[in-house]
Amino acid sequence: MTDTVEGLVEREYAFGFHSDIETDRAPKGLTEETIRFISAKKNEPEWMLAWRLSAYGYFVTQSEPTWARVHHPEIDYQDMYYWAAPKPKGEAPKSLDEVDPEIIDTFNKLGISLEEQKRLSGVAVDAIIDSVSVATTFKATLAEAGVIFCSFSEAVQDHPELVRKYLGSVVGPRDNFFAALNSAVFSDGSFCFVPAGVKCPMELSTYFRINAENTGQFERTLIVAEEGASVSYLEGCTAPMRDENQLHAAVVEIVALDDSDVKYSTVQNWYPGDAEGRGGIYNFVTKRGRAGNRAKISWTQVETGSAITWKYPSVILAGDDAVGEFYSVAVTTNHQQADTGTKMIHIGRNTSSTIVSKGISAGRAQNTYRGEVKVMRSAEGARNYTQCDSLLMGPDCGAHTFPYVEVKNDSSQIEHEASTSKISEDQLFYCRQRGLSEEDATNMIVNGFCREVFDELPMEYAVEAQALMRITLEGAVG
Amino acid sequence: MLSIQNLTASVLDESGTAESNQILRGIDLEIGPGEVHAIMGPNGSGKSTLSNVLTGRAGYGVSGKVLFDGADLLSMDPEERAAAGLFLAFQYPVEIPGVGNMYFLRTAVNAVRTARGEPELSATAFLATAKEAMAELEMDPAFLSRSVNAGFSGGEKKRNEVLQMTLLQPRLAILDETDSGLDIDALRIVAHGIEKLRNPERSMLIITHYPRLLEYVKPDRVHVLRAGRIVREGGPELAYELEEMGYGPGEATAEPADATPTDTADPSGSHAEPDDGPQAPQARSLL
Repeated sequence: MTDTVEGLVEREYAFGFHSDIETDRAPKGLTEETIRFISAKKNEPEWMLAWRLSAYGYFVTQSEPTWARVHHPEIDYQDMYYWAAPKPKGEAPKSLDEVDPEIIDTFNKLGISLEEQKRLSGVAVDAIIDSVSVATTFKATLAEAGVIFCSFSEAVQDHPELVRKYLGSVVGPRDNFFAALNSAVFSDGSFCFVPAGVKCPMELSTYFRINAENTGQFERTLIVAEEGASVSYLEGCTAPMRDENQLHAAVVEIVALDDSDVKYSTVQNWYPGDAEGRGGIYNFVTKRGRAGNRAKISWTQVETGSAITWKYPSVILAGDDAVGEFYSVAVTTNHQQADTGTKMIHIGRNTSSTIVSKGISAGRAQNTYRGEVKVMRSAEGARNYTQCDSLLMGPDCGAHTFPYVEVKNDSSQIEHEASTSKISEDQLFYCRQRGLSEEDATNMIVNGFCREVFDELPMEYAVEAQALMRITLEGAVG
Repeated sequence: MLSIQNLTASVLDESGTAESNQILRGIDLEIGPGEVHAIMGPNGSGKSTLSNVLTGRAGYGVSGKVLFDGADLLSMDPEERAAAGLFLAFQYPVEIPGVGNMYFLRTAVNAVRTARGEPELSATAFLATAKEAMAELEMDPAFLSRSVNAGFSGGEKKRNEVLQMTLLQPRLAILDETDSGLDIDALRIVAHGIEKLRNPERSMLIITHYPRLLEYVKPDRVHVLRAGRIVREGGPELAYELEEMGYGPGEATAEPADATPTDTADPSGSHAEPDDGPQAPQARSLL
């Protein structure tokens, strides 16, 4: 094993470049003034500022949680910038043609040219560089269907009644340390509203990208599907190479009213740090949805990036017959640390949840699955199926599984399966004897291991995810 | 086509040092184009080690010389040997969960074609060829959509090996106990599939315990391997003589049963069948 699959160390971050865009920043550090600055910058109404300030008031009374199985130097929250925006050269862009060519070029390097996507795939893209949306496409088509898809800032201006109604309804400003921080200083993000009975006519996609030094990123995403609505939302990220750690504390809230269906897919590739573990993004994310009667929320994530990942996309199965799903592939190499999993909270009757988690560790990485299945007294007939598989590559990495189960209703059914395996020398040799290179063989075996999760991704993302796995595991063998 | 000269092999220990106990102790073997050779021998005589060393499995300290079409086989990576036309039908085909059989087969075929400078087969062209070959082997087309060997019965795995051999069209095929674990009907089908691949350009090395496969695929030469050496050679009749008489008493075996030097643990549990077929009748040795 160690002879041929050792190391997994020599990989360059393929998307590690830095584009030169003039940055407009808030003063360094976090105070009430910072929050007022951000709010003023965004021309927010008084209620929004008050909401932020109350979250800040809570944040300062809290300390960073320590239960996750991750280690990092103490984060100095006063030693970073909380807001940055690309400065428009002249007027704000009215169409793609007016967008800063450098920004367009950045996307081109990432292979996600807006124009190409617009023309070829019919996917609406709300592209974010740093903290401000620079381009939004396909608004007209969506508007025709009554779907609202815009930046969070725009939503605050144009649809304040919707934002006020749903913001914080699933992840409250006092939910946890990082959620409180996000609520206080969130810069921008996406807002999506699908009215009752409407099937969103296209898949929605947002690309996030951190692009300025020392800028914490605090995205806020709110997705509301009214009764009988359905929507598929795709989120993907890459980040440029950096020496200093960058904090990313996002919040995603999903409100799925009765009979609605929300699918949220993520391909996450933040800068993971170099081979020695220097630099890289700290990704502390809170993602949660609430599902009403017969509603369904499905999270699918492919996580290859970040120095540290702390993330538990969860579903509150509030209504009867609600369905929650979590499909995850988490890859850690070099010195990456991931503590990720999900929570399924069964409240309604006959609610069901499925958890499929695939963890891959290589190099000196530590990969932890942490999941909680909670069946409340009211959840008559609740069912859960959990499957956690870990794949180890090399002798110095670790996989850890912490499944918590709490059942208060004895009519429920809970199943849990777990496995830990290595890529076997037998499998590699079998593939090589058939003519595949060691690298291709490893790639094929790893993709096979992840298959159940990739199958849940929308087609174009499944392709992207496989490409990402290939890039991530380059140099893993040899 | 294949020229083996004074080949020796020892298992490497964890530090990469060859253990003193040699498993192959000087093998000489010449296989010409179109020839079919059989290697028979008791458990632990080095049969599987020979196929592992020829196909380039890591974990052995090897000396001697092996020429394949004049090229130095031992200096090549396993995938280079495959591209050159060397194929091993595994004694224990490996399971690869989540990887579709069709995808695996097509990737393998195209990897070998690319290495040979031939154009890749399109999905459609490949599917047509594969379906035809599967019909010959009486395999359900549903096999294509299942994961590689995962959940296959012992017989299905062996058929899948012969299917791969059919599609890859090797120059030299090593069949490592392809007949073990097969019932009579399956043996007939598999043997027919192998015999069909026989041609003046393609050579085969059949490792087996029994003459029954050799009834269908009649060998030009039979070699008896024992304690790492070829101790007898003869025509096809030798196989029957061995069945009748056994291999005879000999020195202690050099090779532990199923000597795979590295990671033999198979997490997918593919070792469903016994490690070896029924024992050769050694007790009645008259040799």
